[in-house]
Amino acid sequence: MVLKLEDIRLSFDGFCVLDNLSLHVKAGEFVCLLGPSGCGKTSTLRVCAGLESPLSGRVMLGDKIVTDGTKVLPPEKRHIGFLFQDFALFPHLNIFQNVAFGLKGYSKPDTEHRVLEVLKQVRMDKYASALPHTLSGGQQQRVALARALAPKPGIMLLDEPFSGLDSGLRADIRDETLHVLKSTNVAAVMVTHDPEEAMFMADRIVLMKGGSIIQDGAPHELYTNPIDHFAASFFGEINIIKGIIKESTAQTILGNVKTSGFKEGEIVDVLIRPENVIVRPRSDVDQHFHTTKIEAARYLGRDSLLHLCVEDETGACTHLHARIDSQLKPIVDQNIVATMDPARAFVFRAC
Amino acid sequence: MKQYGLQNLFNGWTIFTVITALIIASPVFIVVSYVFVPTGEIWSHLADTVLGNYIYNSVLLLIGVGTGTLVVGTGCAWIVTMCRFPGQKVFEWALLLPLAVPAYVIAYTYTGLTDFAGPIQTVLREIFGWTSRRDYWFPEIRSVWGAMTMFTLVLYPYVYMLSRAAFLEQSICVLEVSRTLGRTPWQAFKDVAFPLARPAIAAGSALALMETLNDFGTVHFFAVDTFTTGIYRTWFGMGEPAAAAQLGACLLIFIVSLIALERYSRGKAAYHHTTVRYRALSKLEMSLPKQVICILVCFFPVLLGFLLPAGILLNWAFQTTEWWMNLQFVEFAFNSFILACVAALLAVFLAVLMAYGARLRPSIFTKFGVRAASIGYAVPGSVLAVGIMLPFAWTDNLVDSWAREHLGFSTGLLLSGTIVAVVFAYIVRFLSVSFNGIEAGLGKITQNMDCASRTLGHNPSETLKKVHLPLIRASMFSAGILVFVDVIKELPATMIMRPFNFTTLAVRTFELASDEQLAEASSAALAMVLVGIIPVIMISRTIAKSRPGQEN
Repeated sequence: MVLKLEDIRLSFDGFCVLDNLSLHVKAGEFVCLLGPSGCGKTSTLRVCAGLESPLSGRVMLGDKIVTDGTKVLPPEKRHIGFLFQDFALFPHLNIFQNVAFGLKGYSKPDTEHRVLEVLKQVRMDKYASALPHTLSGGQQQRVALARALAPKPGIMLLDEPFSGLDSGLRADIRDETLHVLKSTNVAAVMVTHDPEEAMFMADRIVLMKGGSIIQDGAPHELYTNPIDHFAASFFGEINIIKGIIKESTAQTILGNVKTSGFKEGEIVDVLIRPENVIVRPRSDVDQHFHTTKIEAARYLGRDSLLHLCVEDETGACTHLHARIDSQLKPIVDQNIVATMDPARAFVFRAC
Repeated sequence: MKQYGLQNLFNGWTIFTVITALIIASPVFIVVSYVFVPTGEIWSHLADTVLGNYIYNSVLLLIGVGTGTLVVGTGCAWIVTMCRFPGQKVFEWALLLPLAVPAYVIAYTYTGLTDFAGPIQTVLREIFGWTSRRDYWFPEIRSVWGAMTMFTLVLYPYVYMLSRAAFLEQSICVLEVSRTLGRTPWQAFKDVAFPLARPAIAAGSALALMETLNDFGTVHFFAVDTFTTGIYRTWFGMGEPAAAAQLGACLLIFIVSLIALERYSRGKAAYHHTTVRYRALSKLEMSLPKQVICILVCFFPVLLGFLLPAGILLNWAFQTTEWWMNLQFVEFAFNSFILACVAALLAVFLAVLMAYGARLRPSIFTKFGVRAASIGYAVPGSVLAVGIMLPFAWTDNLVDSWAREHLGFSTGLLLSGTIVAVVFAYIVRFLSVSFNGIEAGLGKITQNMDCASRTLGHNPSETLKKVHLPLIRASMFSAGILVFVDVIKELPATMIMRPFNFTTLAVRTFELASDEQLAEASSAALAMVLVGIIPVIMISRTIAKSRPGQEN
């Protein structure tokens, strides 16, 4: 175990930021802390780095206790790497000096060797004598990564490291960073609010909300098996429809979903992602399906978004979104049938 | 586990910041504490005879200088910012020049210019054939009205500076909207620009009024009795330090009400612009007569506040070369220089440590400490002198009597009446000048820089040395210059606290002028004016850069 947080409680001015948070990170593992802004993910990272002092709880790096309640080992003694959102390169030092900044106690030739080694790793060795402000955002990010990696930290902490980059560049830098970190085999904890980025980077995602962990697991687990409304909706748009339990089955306007653990007759929420709503032209065998109309269709490139109106027995309209292959050309007002893939639907207690 | 505990409420930095702040603030506390020391007869004597006069003169000066600086400062700022006329670019910075002239220096030059033997009255007598004082009436410059004029002439730049900065920050959109809603340019100024700039104007006026209350040289020379001259006389003339401290406490009441008034007038009026769009101000095109009026309005303050006095000084200095082309003058200049250097270095050093301490651990203690340490700037030099000399003299006596009893010799004066006391007074008075500059410089360094350095294995001191100091070099330099110039011009504290026979340029000017040797005093005064031009240049550059979206 590289990093262990136990029952961390943290508050700012009496406002609870972290509520009994516990987290373990294994060697070589890449963990993403994911959540909306204000969920405490950055605070968690700062507690790990020794930049915040919690009310109670322990932080262990390796087998060493570095935070024990309000006793906090200062960040300079923790041997960690920290990558900042704004890169935080020292503007008065050139790239070489920036990367060499953390190499305390290295001899001059050792320093030079190590600096060039990490700069080569991020393909920035040609810029050793440049000043930070002459570099592009992506180049600065790579230098910041090299600087954090140079002293061979026990763990890397990344605080929204890509949000300062424009979207075109972000995907490339993200990919590169992942490869560099994986090749050094250092454990890493990254904070992000972008679920796609988290899934791209992480071995494991820790979903947070209001200072607590909501769900902790592999990316596919969170996507395909969310624990509640929040977890399900955080990874993308989702339709919420009402269902009623009959014989361990939730009956909805889009069909039935097998489920368990609910009382007979209980009203439940059934959540289905737009891509799992199935749409087909109505045929003669579809008499028992609800009347469904396409209110609007929008071409989005990879797929098309349909705005559906599903009428129930009373004639009331339920508005749903469906995503279909953009090759299919939907016609507005066409009378169709909407169902769902029941294996991809999530049933939760109504809220 | 020894390395633990750094993150607790008190660490070395916090303790240093708070203790330094308390030492810096101590003279003020001491003066205030003397309110409770009974002085019996003396105080009632003062109250019966001179106190009313002090209050009357001080209030009169405050009203006069307040009105004067407000009209001249705000008016010129508006014209220079909004109107297009020849020489407008020059006036932008030239209007700051009077800031370089200490009030007592301008008082000496105008006295030389307008007294009975001065050029103006001589010319008038020759033209009209008058022979004696009884033949005609001429305004007496050495009066409370004269003092008001002198203060207005050199202090209006404070109001000018801050109101101009405020006008520059105002979005042109607001002004244009008010024009489209049917306001004339004048009404737009009255109804929109002036109210929006009010917080800045209030701050500028407060600065000017504090300088007025701080002044000693002018009122002493003009024989206008105010608190500062009263404190001096009560202590040195009557030998009553406790009563002097109580007069100082009275003066502090004035200062505190000034600050309160400024805060109140600012009140909730911290206006924020709802637009982030800035465009270069399009200046008003004007007819020729109006352009001439603009030029005259802007030229008069510069002429009367800087060109005329500086010219007179220059003229006198050429007539009295034997008074400054000698080693003695070099010695005075050197004394001023050394004092100012030591004070500036110390002020910058302490300000860096305190500002960094407050940055590391922003707590109630450090905030309070920083506040306490900056009150010195509002406290007149004469009051500070009292607050410093009393405990220093007491300490000296204690050490001396102990040494004589146990060691058999006298230690003499260790603190009071030495350079230590003078430098301490300067630090107390000007620390906030350097602190503000350095705090602003540190504020531009993001917290992530600190965190980056810390996570890369450097402790707070190493971080300060390797990251912050190189990045705030420019702020440190300009803060040092500001303190340096302030110290060169400082008169009351230097006068009261200087060691025996230790003379600076300011003191030299004061001494000669007090002996009515105005022309002979000119060289030292001129030297101070020249040094005073440095911060004027620095300030005008800063303002020029302050407008968002404007290139120059």
